[in-house]
Amino acid sequence: MYPPEFKVLVPSSLEEALKLLKEHGDNAKILAGGHSLIPMMRLRLVKPEVVIYLGKVPGLRYIRENGSTIKIGAMTTHGEIESSSLLAEKNPLLQETASKIGDLQVRNMGTIGGSIAHADPAADYPAALTALEATVVLKSLDGEREVKVDEFIQGPYFTDARPDELLVEVRVPSLSGRFGTAYEKLYFRATDFAIVGVAAYVEVDGGAFSRVRVGLTGVGDKPVRARQVEEELVGREASEASIEKAADLASEGLEPPSDVRASSEYRKKMAEVLTKRALTRALSKAKGG
Amino acid sequence: MAVETPKRYIGKPVKRKEDLRFITGKGLYVDDIHLPGMHYAAFLRASYAHARIKSIDTSKAEKIPGVVGVFTGEYFRDKVAPLGTAWALTNADLKPVTWPVVAYDKVRFTGDIVAVVVAKDPYIAYDALDAIEVEYEQLPTVVDPEEAVKPGAPQLHDEAPNNIAFTWRFQGGESFEDLERKADFVIRKRLINQRLIPSAMEPRAAVAAYNPGTEELTVWVTSQNPHVHRLIMAGSLGIPEHRIRVIAPDVGGGFGSKIQVYPGEVIVSRLAMDLGVPVKWVETRRENFIGTIHGRDHIDDVEIAATNDGRILGLRVKTLANMGAYLTTAAPGVPTILFGLMLQGPYKIAGVDVEVKGVLTNTTPVDAYRGAGRPEATYILERAMDLVALRLGMDPADVRRVNLLDKAPATTVTGLIYDSGEYKKVFEKALEIAEYKKWREIQEKARKEGRLIGIGISSYIEMCGLAPSRIARATGFGLGLWESVLIRVHPTGKVSVYVGSHPHGQGEETSFAQIVADELGVSIDDVEIVHGDTDETPFGMGTYGSRTTPVGGGALALAARRIKRKARKIAAALLEAREEDIVEGEGKFWVKGSPDKAVTFQDVALAAYTADKLPDDVEPGLEATVFYDPENFVFPYGTHVCIVEIDPETFKPKILRYVAVDDAGVIINPLLAEGQVHGGVVQGLAQALFEEAVFDERGNLLTAGFNDYMIPTALDVPNIESYFEQTPSPHNPLGAKGIGETGTIASTPAVVNAIIDALAHLGVDHIDMPLTPFKIWKALKGKK
Repeated sequence: MYPPEFKVLVPSSLEEALKLLKEHGDNAKILAGGHSLIPMMRLRLVKPEVVIYLGKVPGLRYIRENGSTIKIGAMTTHGEIESSSLLAEKNPLLQETASKIGDLQVRNMGTIGGSIAHADPAADYPAALTALEATVVLKSLDGEREVKVDEFIQGPYFTDARPDELLVEVRVPSLSGRFGTAYEKLYFRATDFAIVGVAAYVEVDGGAFSRVRVGLTGVGDKPVRARQVEEELVGREASEASIEKAADLASEGLEPPSDVRASSEYRKKMAEVLTKRALTRALSKAKGG
Repeated sequence: MAVETPKRYIGKPVKRKEDLRFITGKGLYVDDIHLPGMHYAAFLRASYAHARIKSIDTSKAEKIPGVVGVFTGEYFRDKVAPLGTAWALTNADLKPVTWPVVAYDKVRFTGDIVAVVVAKDPYIAYDALDAIEVEYEQLPTVVDPEEAVKPGAPQLHDEAPNNIAFTWRFQGGESFEDLERKADFVIRKRLINQRLIPSAMEPRAAVAAYNPGTEELTVWVTSQNPHVHRLIMAGSLGIPEHRIRVIAPDVGGGFGSKIQVYPGEVIVSRLAMDLGVPVKWVETRRENFIGTIHGRDHIDDVEIAATNDGRILGLRVKTLANMGAYLTTAAPGVPTILFGLMLQGPYKIAGVDVEVKGVLTNTTPVDAYRGAGRPEATYILERAMDLVALRLGMDPADVRRVNLLDKAPATTVTGLIYDSGEYKKVFEKALEIAEYKKWREIQEKARKEGRLIGIGISSYIEMCGLAPSRIARATGFGLGLWESVLIRVHPTGKVSVYVGSHPHGQGEETSFAQIVADELGVSIDDVEIVHGDTDETPFGMGTYGSRTTPVGGGALALAARRIKRKARKIAAALLEAREEDIVEGEGKFWVKGSPDKAVTFQDVALAAYTADKLPDDVEPGLEATVFYDPENFVFPYGTHVCIVEIDPETFKPKILRYVAVDDAGVIINPLLAEGQVHGGVVQGLAQALFEEAVFDERGNLLTAGFNDYMIPTALDVPNIESYFEQTPSPHNPLGAKGIGETGTIASTPAVVNAIIDALAHLGVDHIDMPLTPFKIWKALKGKK
């Protein structure tokens, strides 16, 4: 558990951080909460020459509403997201998801930016962020761009970020009206990554589903939307019976991994079960339950 | 005469004396040892589970600044004797399989060490490992014991044809063939007891320092038995035992995995001697997973001969015990003596027939893990009870009622004499506390609603307080199994107790002090327990097999009583009275009828050292050494009840209630005893629900970290309701039995039985552990 020698750089401004990133590029790794990077370095699975620590960069830790969008700084911890009253009211899906990540220690240290940039295929946030059609903001010395989360995450531990780009912000919608959300996470052991995680976000209008979004994590190389479920439900009666029928479509086209814990087939089955549960709970909230 | 005063400490929930230093980070573990000029060793482990070493190029590694040397198997081959087992099983055709501390011809599992780097800093040492180039010739690999014994399987050791390290057979009572004829039916079932990884919080570590002036070697090593470590290391290193001092400071858990003498401590000792500098090695967690012993790993083919009224007449078990690549210190005794002889359990079984093949495979060696053999036996028996119940449509509780022994003493068909206990009474007590009847009704109702509730029972008895030396020796154990203690009363009346056994987290600095304080009538604050240093303490066998309280504690009580007898003589002299007129109580002595003219224990202690008023036949000083070899084992027993509910869609089990009723004889400290039950139950349910070491077919451990190897967290564990019965054991001065392993032994089948019970109406009679949601789902697939 001894990493090879590396240099730690501690920028004190965003601009300095971006300069360092430009300078070191592929040889550098960004250190935020450290929950993914440090274990990999200790096992010598990654051997960066330079580690750029973001802890002293001001202005990356915030949750604020801006019109119909809620902007979250990349260095915001899971714990801060979990306890945000703004999110509890206007985006409870992200708040609930954060509350189900790891354990208290992980939530106190781990950051949303670090988690997304790491792109673990079983991480919790991507299910919600996919369902919410969230975006991330990538910044470099050359400027910034906004990318949809499901385009940003391209595969396991593989993202759209260029070596000189830093993920600085996550943007999720501020929800209103008759909506409900839920994140269902199946784990065998508490504090683990999800075997399967399903995030649901529904809006109800006049007794029917007017909008349905379902995001899944742990079922493949990257988070996916259960589009067939969504399409099946929109316009249908907002009822458990409708959900029951539609949820089985959640596993269509999925090819989840098999590993020492569970088979692909089990994960597919669980994608259906959890989709049903997440939608049912989301619907109940939308109806004021 | 002694005034009968209530015990001040024994039986009381005294808080752990050692906790202050542990909780405030003041414990002293091997990694806390820092010596001037100390160097660091790192081990290059094998890249393949079975391969011939063709060449090793260390030149690049040697050139790295800060590297002092790189040493391969050729270096150690003639300097250090390979490690063998200390449990030379008799009548079992045991093969002389040994483990070179550094591999020189071939590697047999991925934990084998192929090269050692010594550097000025651990980071440099690990960098240098990356620079060593080893050329291997890969050999076919075998990890499954059933494959390993087949003709044509890859052979690990020339000394062990067909990879069979030993074959142990035991037949007791009526023959299975006879019982089969008397039986109404025979159930045949294969039960897998999966491989587990002990995972002590403190990994293994060793620091060695050699003084060329005195020719003395000091080794700090994390160990459950420092004296045994010294004895075996003296043999391996070829230096006299009295020139080695082994110090096991605070030890952060062992669970059996720190009984063994491993290559690591031998390597750093040799290198400290050769290089003239202290050398430290601390295992990484990954090394701990791969290179420190594993536990369990049986394939048990079980035959149960039973009658239509639920009586189990006989049991025949054929076991393949996966021993891994080598036979480690206690390994051969675990799946044989500690397993086969316990196959009668607390039941009236008339015949036990067991054959165990110890099989070598390209995997991590398997040795004692909390419970060691007894959990495997209990698992078979408790699954058997439920299989018979299921077959007959009987309540599993009634099957146990038909089979349970009423009470001890009882002699088993395996030749054991159960010491004391009320087996049926404790069984009924557990069921009553757990509201067994009520839960059966709830279960019935829940089934109609599509809910899956199950109730599991486990009645166990275990052989512990591993003791009588004559029996241990008869089984081939390398040493006796007595325990020793030296109690030294200082002139001020303060007491130092030097114990040969070596607690590693159990809390004996408190419970032993309770015993001594009560026996001598002094304050517990005036008693210190010293352990772990072979230069300070008398020879001891160590802490395992739940033996430290019954055997070490027994030695303690006898030594304290010896001191007390001398103290009375001195008190009589001080009071100018006859000894038989002396009355004692609460740390004071007085002449019958004159309690106001008492002398204190402190007065007596001082007089023992001033020595001017001692009777003629009394030597100065006040201390006693006792070596205590009990006449028999002790046999704790009990019944655990577990109630689970399984999610009918995800198949995730949840334990709704867990009740443990244990009889471990006289309880010295109920807080510590309950702690042992809690920890044991958690480790046992971890086997039932979570843990499994998985190798791929090439011998790579797939679960080589806490991410993949699922040790449950506090959030995964139910509230554990722990109750005690206290039937004293007649076999030791305290009446105490062991409590360290009961939880692990009892809980695994209690939890498995509960889950199978929840699924039985769906056509499931068994699922191999761990019973994860996935495994349950898989078992139910196609049923319903």
